[in-house]
Order: sequence, then C-alpha cells, then structure tokens
Amino acid sequence: MAKTAISQQKSALSETAFAWLLIAPAMLFILVIVAWPLLETIRLSFTDANLGGESYVGTKNYEDLLSSRKFSQTVSRTFYWMFFSVMLKLILGLIGACLLNANVKGKGLFRVLVMPPWVIPVAIGCIGWLWLYNGHFGILAGIGQRLGILDGPFEFLAYKNSAFWSAIVTDVWVGTPMVTLFFLAAMQGVPVDLYEAAYIDGASRWYRFRRITIPQIFPVIVSMMLLSAIWTFNSFEVIWILTEGGPRSATTTLIVDTYKTAIANFKFGKGAARAVVIVVLLSLFSLFYLLVLGWLNKRMGSK
Amino acid sequence: MMDRYSLWQTVFIYCCIFIFLAFMLLPFVEMFMTSLRPMSHLFRSPYQFWSDDLSFEAYSDIWETVPLLSRYILNSIFIAASVTAITMLFVIPAAYAYARLSFPFKTASLGMFLAVNMFTGAVLLIPLYRVLRTLGMLNTYWAMIVPGVAFLIPTGIWLLRSYLEKIPKELEEAAFVDGASRLYTLRRVVLPLAVPGLIVVSVAVFIGAYAQQFLFAITFNQVREYQPLPAGLFEFVGYQEVVWNQMMAAALIGVLPVLLLFLFLQKYLIAGLTAGAVKE
Repeated sequence: MAKTAISQQKSALSETAFAWLLIAPAMLFILVIVAWPLLETIRLSFTDANLGGESYVGTKNYEDLLSSRKFSQTVSRTFYWMFFSVMLKLILGLIGACLLNANVKGKGLFRVLVMPPWVIPVAIGCIGWLWLYNGHFGILAGIGQRLGILDGPFEFLAYKNSAFWSAIVTDVWVGTPMVTLFFLAAMQGVPVDLYEAAYIDGASRWYRFRRITIPQIFPVIVSMMLLSAIWTFNSFEVIWILTEGGPRSATTTLIVDTYKTAIANFKFGKGAARAVVIVVLLSLFSLFYLLVLGWLNKRMGSK
Repeated sequence: MMDRYSLWQTVFIYCCIFIFLAFMLLPFVEMFMTSLRPMSHLFRSPYQFWSDDLSFEAYSDIWETVPLLSRYILNSIFIAASVTAITMLFVIPAAYAYARLSFPFKTASLGMFLAVNMFTGAVLLIPLYRVLRTLGMLNTYWAMIVPGVAFLIPTGIWLLRSYLEKIPKELEEAAFVDGASRLYTLRRVVLPLAVPGLIVVSVAVFIGAYAQQFLFAITFNQVREYQPLPAGLFEFVGYQEVVWNQMMAAALIGVLPVLLLFLFLQKYLIAGLTAGAVKE
C-alpha cells in the first residue's frame, strides 16, 4: 500500500516536470518576444527615447497625452470605430449565418464563397478596396453616378466622414467571414429537437429564432463580440493602406497614432506611452468582458 | 415540414444570399475586372461596366514591370512556411501537455498564452525593433519569421489541444503498461494518430502566417529582395504612376496559393477552427 502511494507520488511529480518541460520552449519564446517587450514598452514610456538616446522623464509623456485634445479625440474616435465596426460585424455575421444555415440548394458552395476575405492577406484585400474607392474609376463611384446618387466623381477617401465610414466598411468586410463562420457552427450545434418541439407547438420561424437560436448561441455571440472588439481595436493594416490615418486625422485610431509616433517619427518614448494606454484599455475591456461572462454563466446555470 | 420554404421564401433567401456574397466578393470581382482592362481604358470617366477589349495582357506584363514579383511571392511562401514549421515545433509538445497532463498552474499558464492574442505586433513594435536589432535580425528573413511565430503559438496550442483531447487515452495507457517512456509514447503513439489534426492546424497557421506578414515586413525589413508580396505591392501604391491593372493581376496571383490551399482543405479547416464554438 505504502509503496504504491510513493510510486504514485513520484509519477505525479514527474508528470509535472514532464509537462513543464514540454511547455517550456513555447513559454520561453513568448517571454522573449512578447512579455519582455511589453515590460520594456512600459519602461520606455517613462523616457524620452528617440533615435539619439533616452533619458528618464517621469510621467511627462502621460501628462502630455492627458492634456492633449488631439489625443482624447483619437481615443474617442477609436471607440467610435470599434463600436460601429463590431456592431456591423455581429449583425452581418448573424444575418449571414442564418442565410447560410437555410436549407437551400448550393449552401455548401455559398459557405465556401464567404471565406475568401478572411483567407487572403488583409493587405491585399485592402489594395482591392483602394481601387474600389477610387472616385473616378472605381466601381462604387461608377454605380453611384449611374444610379444618380452621386452627381460626379466622388473620392471616398478624400473627405473626413466618407473616409471614416469607408474604412469601417472595409474592416467589416475583413471581419465578417470569421464571425459568420462561428455563428453558423454554433447554430448547427443547437439540438434539432428544440426546434421540432417548438414547430409542433406552432411557433413561427421568427419566434423560434428569437427564443431558441439566440439564447442557445448567446455565449458564442458574447465571445465573438470580445474577439472582434480586440481585433478591431488593433486593426492597423486596413487604415494604414487605405488612408494612413488621414485625411486630417479622420481615420487615426490609437494603433495608427502609436505607429505614426513611434515608427514613422522615431519618438519611441511617446509612442510607448500610447502603446501602454492601448494595453491598459484592452485589459480593462477584457476584464469587463470576463465579469459579464461570469455573471451570464451564473445566471444561465441557476435556471 | 419544418425546413420547407414556400417559393417566395426561397427566392427571398437566394436574393439575400446573393447580396451578402456580392459584398464579400465585390473586391475580388473588381480586382479581376481591373486586371483584364488595358491601362488606357481604366482611366475612362464616366465609369464603364463592360468594355470589349478585355485581355490577360497584364498577367504577362506584370513580370516585367515588377521584376521581383516572383521573388515576392516565393518570399511570402517561404516566410509563411518557416513560421509554420517553427510554430509547430513549439506547439506540439505544449498542446500535448495541455491536452493530457495535469500539473500546477495549468489553467493560469494557458490563460497567459491566450492573453498574447490580445496584443498585436503593433503595440510591441518599438521594443521588438530593439530586440531584433540586438539579435542582429533586422533586415533578414528572421525579422519577419520570429515575431510571426510568437503571435501564432497561442492559436496553435489552442487548436491542437482540442484535437489531441479527442484521441483515445487507452492507447497511451497501453503503451505505458508496456513500459514505454513518456517521450516515446508521445512520438510513437500520439503523433502518428494526430496526423490529420496536425495537418489542419499547420494549414491554419500557414494561412495566418501568410496573412500577417505586412506589418512586420514594412517595419523590420528594408531589403527589397526579402520583402513578402503584400509589402512589395504596397510599395508600388506609393508611386506616382500606379499601374493598376498589373497591380491587381499581381495581387490575384499572390492570393492564389492560400486560396487554393483553403479550397482544398476548407471542410476540415472550418470544422477544426470552430470546434470550440460547439458544445459536444
């Protein structure tokens, strides 16, 4: 008896050691390439680092940011951008998933055709959009003029408002396939007997959608909301390729601002302070999400 | 029955699907149409939907206009393939540990890996630039491979873990009873059984690696010969005279490798990626 207990303990110990041995390489890599730079970013944000060198400046970078009207505009613009983009992605994703879930001929083909925007490099898709938005020769301006909505060539990316919404449309285009795919998978996981029971009771299609589909896939909706929010918040390539943050900063989100400050203008310290703001905002955001998710689980579990 | 639609409902569904797909595929259609038009014809206002002198000329001219085009495409594939190979080396043991073994801080450390997904390279560019400079990796292929690997490891672990969990435990236990070591079991029992899963996760990582090259390439690499396709093409957007029809042709050629890979394996890929979304 005692002998087996000891040998069990021994094997448990070696299991721990073995497990960490297996994880160690990946963990070390992440520590060097992600965790250490993250700490370094925090340190740099308290310096005036640039190409010439660096010296400690305390919280000056943050004070500058706090007192800068431009920066607070950038922050609110980022949340604007995130809110609209995520909402549109979720709504379109839900509609798309319902359509692709419909029992019609050719659904297999339709499901494949939704995916290309997600599969190809974002940068290449954006180059395509760049041409679409061309005022003189792009198809959007072309259709607009043909239909009489526009009375002449219209440069979508040249005006503040239209550039902002054009960037949102492109970002939604990039993000929707993934959301659609996850919603579709979740919908297919809903037990069919639920629908059959409701159908026999005479529930309409809309009622079944509202009372069965939505509650059943709700956890996936919440997860996709967070994931899309993080991706949208971090979305850099779409804006950089379409407008580089212009015209007159109309599409400058936090991430673009950070990139411009740090990489394009070599103000590493100031850029680092902006990066830290991003990290803090994202962490708060995730924390909030986890709280909501925990609360939801508790509420749904107790039912 | 329940899944029957009336004629009008069917028509309505098809119309909606058409509109939805039109939005998803519009840029591709436009890119293709643009690539077929001669340059003089492109800059014609008002916009023309159809012209009668479409040709595939741009597809042959592009190789002369952008002499490095084939190099860019090969770079893209090379970088993505290297990222995939290295990522899998890190991911396989870690995913096995999370799928099978129990050890202290299991959930916490997995959470740490997944938290990496919260950041994109853009937040960490400044110190990353310095790390790469210290390691002497700036302006080499490594500058694009190393950060790429770091940001794909978490997803890789997550995806492969759910695959490994589905392999019956009894096989490993049988190997243990016969006196095989843990490492031997992993190598000779688990991995051969996991080959389908390994392929799917590798392809997912490859697509991810192919897609994410732009930012690292424009930031960490100045050498034109090493540039992957998206960065190489973006350089041409900045030129005074953008040869749009050829650009579009080049973009479509560059998209082809991943698109074909995806079409080939889409069924398995989609099932693998969404496994977490469906409760079993």
